[in-house]
Amino acid sequence: MLRTQEYVLNFGPQHPSTHGVFQILLTLDGERIVKAEPICGYLHRGIEKLAEARTYTQVIPYTDRMDYLAAMLQNVGYVQAVEKLMGIEVPERAEYLRVISGELSRLTSHVLATGVYALDVGGFTGFLLCFREREKMMDLLEELTGSRMTLSYARIGGVADDVTEGWLDKLNKLMDEMPGYIEEYNGLITGNEIFQARTKFVGQLTPETCINYSLSGPVLRASGVNYDLRKAMPYGIYDRFDFEVPLGTNGDCFDRFYCRVLEMEQSVRIIKQAIEQIKEVDGPVMAKVPKVLKPPKGEVYHEIESSKGIIGYYIVSDGTNKPYRLHVRRPSFINLGYLDEMLRGYLIADVVAILGSIDIVLGEVDC
Amino acid sequence: MKEITAAPVEEIKQKYAYVEVNEQQTIIVPVDKLLESMQGLKDEFEFDYLTNLTACDYPDETKLEVVYNLNSIGKGYTVMVKTVISRDNPEMPSVFPVWGGANWQEREVYDLLGIVFTGHPNLKRILLDDKFDGYPLRKDYQWESGRE
Repeated sequence: MLRTQEYVLNFGPQHPSTHGVFQILLTLDGERIVKAEPICGYLHRGIEKLAEARTYTQVIPYTDRMDYLAAMLQNVGYVQAVEKLMGIEVPERAEYLRVISGELSRLTSHVLATGVYALDVGGFTGFLLCFREREKMMDLLEELTGSRMTLSYARIGGVADDVTEGWLDKLNKLMDEMPGYIEEYNGLITGNEIFQARTKFVGQLTPETCINYSLSGPVLRASGVNYDLRKAMPYGIYDRFDFEVPLGTNGDCFDRFYCRVLEMEQSVRIIKQAIEQIKEVDGPVMAKVPKVLKPPKGEVYHEIESSKGIIGYYIVSDGTNKPYRLHVRRPSFINLGYLDEMLRGYLIADVVAILGSIDIVLGEVDC
Repeated sequence: MKEITAAPVEEIKQKYAYVEVNEQQTIIVPVDKLLESMQGLKDEFEFDYLTNLTACDYPDETKLEVVYNLNSIGKGYTVMVKTVISRDNPEMPSVFPVWGGANWQEREVYDLLGIVFTGHPNLKRILLDDKFDGYPLRKDYQWESGRE
């Protein structure tokens, strides 16, 4: 007798489309997904536990290794949390350098997300095209910080060093060229008919679901929720810049992708304004902080807008030079938590399209 | 600088007589009233976004503190809510029915600190292996190697 039955398909952990080491057990009815069980933790290094045996300054390089695609934003989130705990005032020039390098980091992350998403749905050219600009940005970051990905440029009380001569001009030149490059991405990827057919009305999320499930970043804003911490609760000097928060309407894979493209334009705007404004600001890039950092007893929670969403740091100090407890609210981890419900009812071919549209970094998911 | 609206901590305190507020404006809720007050915070004070959920171990006081950071997207304010549970019997209600965002975050807390959230739909280890012994973020956890 003929009968149908559900079966389980294993996806990952070693699969290029998982963007790292991540496994999904898909329960399928034919080609349709009935249930998906995400399994993470393959990259868990115990950063929160390691931090308890490090001094406050020694924790900074660990934050790079969470979201290694936008390391500067992770750095800034952490050092701002410690500064909040200790009440340190950061020199204005350092604030500008944090914004410039932070937004440049966000650009590298979004450019990569755009290119990799094209690859996820089968467009190899878009992927290579995006790497062209990413390389230029990486060169600039390398010149500024000495490192391409694990930047560790922020310090508690400022940044590691001032910019070298001519660096800002080089950056300004690249930012002048960026709108043209973004136009190219739109021509090659966004406007592509096959790409749109693969992503439009796939993996739709309502605003209520996004808020209820604590999703953040482009995933939240693609559903039309205007919540960007740079605007909602400006930290650092973000209230000095004129920029917009791009929103989507359908909350589908295409909107999530396109939100990132639009955010790139806004990051370019912020960097250009910051380059103009920093010319007027002279002075040190480090506050006067003691050699041994011993924050007063207490606790702090501070969150900023990273490229993937809201990254938050919860630090408990017991008055010694090492954090008593460090917890990181990682946007990729929480955004991934809704994957099961997002995949249900879609086809196997949509799995990679939906997973890619969340834009996860497994270093951050597993921490 | 844009002024960030302060959370209506005083009103919350008036509405729920059992909550305490410390000098950092953190709300401390007894664990048996947790679900009731969390639902109230969501419905009446528009804390619709559970941004962070974590816990911290204090072996000297034989307690575990569970920390919730709530944001209000509409009103633009934030608040930290805490509850204290005994270290010997780490069991407390899950806030998953109030905010779906607690799903993986509670699993993470269970995984690393061993707090059992009753009413959670799928409470099992998330980062560590299912066969892993112990809860590494507890202060008395001993690991085999590693530098001090």
